[in-house]
Amino acid sequence: MDWANQGTAMANLTINGKTFTLDVEPDTPLLWAIRENAGLTGTKYGCGIAQCGACTVHIEGVATRSCGVSVSEAEGKKITTIEGLSSGDTLHKVQEAWIAQDVPQCGYCQSGMIMAVAALLSEKPKPTDADIDEAITNICRCGTFQQVREAIHTIASA
Amino acid sequence: MNKHVSPKMNRRAFVIGSATLGAGLAIGLDLPFGGPALVRAADGSPEIGAWVVIRPDDTVVIRIARSEMGQGSLTGLAQLVAEELECDWTKVTTEYPTPGQSVARKRVWGDFSTGGSRGIRSSQDYVRKGGATARVMLIQAAADTWKVPASECAAENSVITHKPSGRTTTYGKVAEAAAKLTPPADVKLKDPKDWKLIGKGVKRLDTVDKTNGAMIYGVDVKLPGMLNAAIKDCPVFGGKLKSFDEAKIAGMKGVKKVVKVGDTAVAVVADTWWHAKTALDALPIVWDEGDNAKVSSASIAKWLAEGLDNDQPAYVGNKNGDAKAAIASAAKKVEAVYSYPYQNHATMEPMNATALYTADKCEVWCGTQNGEAAFAAVLEASGLPADKCDVQKVMLGGGFGRRGQTDYVRQAVMIAKQMPGTPIKLLWSREEDMAHGRYHPITQCKMTGAFDANNNLVALHYRLSGQSILFSLRPEALQNGMDPAAFQGVAQSGEAAFGYSVPNLLIEHAMRNPHVPPGFWRGVNVNHNAIYMECFMDELAQAAGQDPLEFRRKLMGNHPKHLAVLNAVAEKIGWDQPAPQGVYRGIAQVMGYGSYVAGAAEISVTDGSKIKVHRIVASTDPGYVVNPAQVERQIAGSFVYGLSALFYGGCTVKDGKIEQTNFDTYNSMRIGEMPKVESVMVPSGGFWGGVGEPTIGVAAPAVLNAYFAATGKRIRSVPLRDQNITFA
Repeated sequence: MDWANQGTAMANLTINGKTFTLDVEPDTPLLWAIRENAGLTGTKYGCGIAQCGACTVHIEGVATRSCGVSVSEAEGKKITTIEGLSSGDTLHKVQEAWIAQDVPQCGYCQSGMIMAVAALLSEKPKPTDADIDEAITNICRCGTFQQVREAIHTIASA
Repeated sequence: MNKHVSPKMNRRAFVIGSATLGAGLAIGLDLPFGGPALVRAADGSPEIGAWVVIRPDDTVVIRIARSEMGQGSLTGLAQLVAEELECDWTKVTTEYPTPGQSVARKRVWGDFSTGGSRGIRSSQDYVRKGGATARVMLIQAAADTWKVPASECAAENSVITHKPSGRTTTYGKVAEAAAKLTPPADVKLKDPKDWKLIGKGVKRLDTVDKTNGAMIYGVDVKLPGMLNAAIKDCPVFGGKLKSFDEAKIAGMKGVKKVVKVGDTAVAVVADTWWHAKTALDALPIVWDEGDNAKVSSASIAKWLAEGLDNDQPAYVGNKNGDAKAAIASAAKKVEAVYSYPYQNHATMEPMNATALYTADKCEVWCGTQNGEAAFAAVLEASGLPADKCDVQKVMLGGGFGRRGQTDYVRQAVMIAKQMPGTPIKLLWSREEDMAHGRYHPITQCKMTGAFDANNNLVALHYRLSGQSILFSLRPEALQNGMDPAAFQGVAQSGEAAFGYSVPNLLIEHAMRNPHVPPGFWRGVNVNHNAIYMECFMDELAQAAGQDPLEFRRKLMGNHPKHLAVLNAVAEKIGWDQPAPQGVYRGIAQVMGYGSYVAGAAEISVTDGSKIKVHRIVASTDPGYVVNPAQVERQIAGSFVYGLSALFYGGCTVKDGKIEQTNFDTYNSMRIGEMPKVESVMVPSGGFWGGVGEPTIGVAAPAVLNAYFAATGKRIRSVPLRDQNITFA
């Protein structure tokens, strides 16, 4: 096969309010551009097939599994990762609740979990259990679901 | 020292810290003879014994040899040290000594292995003594300064007070002087009734960085000049790499090198992992799959089924009376055959390790459940001596037993060795992780129970056929060929003892070891033994026309601790009261890892195939509870792991390979499928049991027994998806 035409492509990604000009092919999954090219490793690789949710980021405020989105699809859009969720030193309310409830165990899935929950709460500030069940489909092998649910309700009732 | 858990640490500090400090041992090693040498931590602060470093600002650094993988024992172990140290808990931080440092200091931090729910229970004594030793030395140093007897001084909250005069000082102020003292030969530990911190559900010490993306897992390690590797190992276990056509990927973007890894694997090294993986996927590879390619799940099942036959040889693990004779002459017999499949750990973070090899040094950064085993793997793969190697442990994105193995560490070193001077981060794809697990062993079990004319159980024959983990991973632990761990939960005595008295009992194991490599998977042999025994107990109760709880109770008179946890769940779930309309209950108990546990589930079933789990109650008697908040989380988490395996798990074999490739074919429970787990802790004191694993044993049988109560149908094989049963 001739790989000579794979070329070099520069992509402009707006992540956490900052523009990154990255040497990355347009079909690269956004996850890997975020982790390896932009150097933001808080967003995790879990499956690569949009099943587990460990790579969840916000694209224009919508919780999105970044392994299933290409760089070209994400260009020109507002991307937020776990590193950009807080406002400066002020933690996002989901992060605060996660610390207060001691939610994470190993923590590997929690960046994605927190991003998914933050998106849910911006859409539905007082989600029911059914809303949570429907919106939060991230895998957590440690099994932190009980604390996740409690933390969401704590935020909603604040 | 790699202080990855300090909440204040940022990523940059980690990268620099581990690169520069990684190889630097604490200054001044213990001298074999003569007076004590002052030992300092990497930042210059003095060590007060091996377990405690006190900084001038009163920060207390507690050394943790075991690995944190989410189970919380990093915090629990720090509580144990701090309890005896009498330090200010708000000033506590932790750090991992490296295995290389430990070896250089004659294993001063003891065992690093973190499995078998041993993190706390097997180091509690010496880490508490470490804390107590440091307290005595700090008090002595203050007393020396004041020229008063140490007996007139006391410490609390990092402050030392001379009681007669009321003078005070702090740990930070006397640490330098304390570090120069000879440690006391023996120290007295507190009576458990005087504990202030042990038993408290204090917050974990490692949470903040897990909420902002700052926590560094193996997959996040960055070193200057580092390259990334993707790997494929022969998908048929035992097969070999025959050839690969490197020319076909020549010139692909970012690719630096294609390397053979041992006899079985090939890796592509590139600037980014995505480039490495993309090129590896395009690389034509020819495998020499060997004879194992003929093996399938069906052929394994057939072989195991033959082992259930009494004429085949078997190891006897637990026996009294003459079960076979009693069964032969019994008034009534009940028989059932159960099976349990392979399971993949499927840690959220796939296996990975970063290695830097130079001619005279080899260093590895990785998540590992066994720092010393990883260290040994680095020595072996690099060919360098112990003083030229080390392992920097980082946070594990899940372990569950998988990261106690070191295959991925060896691979990283073997790749790095082919590129001296360049740090190589090897990361497995999820597909590679699914294909090369160390799987929960596969077994079948035939059970026969016999009753007298009054429906008393007079005999039980429990015949296990299947795989031994120790045969594969620790053959030196076999006893005349027998795997004693195969009897976890049904053993005669010890930390996983059978909880029933049956006059004629035979529990035996026909060992059959297929080519699929087994491993220690959270709960290990308790998982299938508890399903087999506890579901069959329900079958026996049914045959005797008795309530499952009452039937068990009658057999448990000589097992009061087993019975106490069973009673605790029965009471909490309200066993003596009817369940809500349409809701059915199941109950189970087992002992494992030194703890007594029981569980009960309430479920409803629609159309025989849609299960909704409404309630789960679980109880444990681990002797002592160090941190109830973390124990509660471990119990709940163990149910998620155990029920995921029950409903969605199961790895099958086709053409010698594992068929499941990712979470689409090896699913895991989601939040909407998991009810709240109500924990009941009934610590009876006087012993130290494990927490991370035991309760997983009762998760599946409690639900399966409830399924029978709801439907009248027994399920005797896992996973439920194979029988088209799923969550409602």
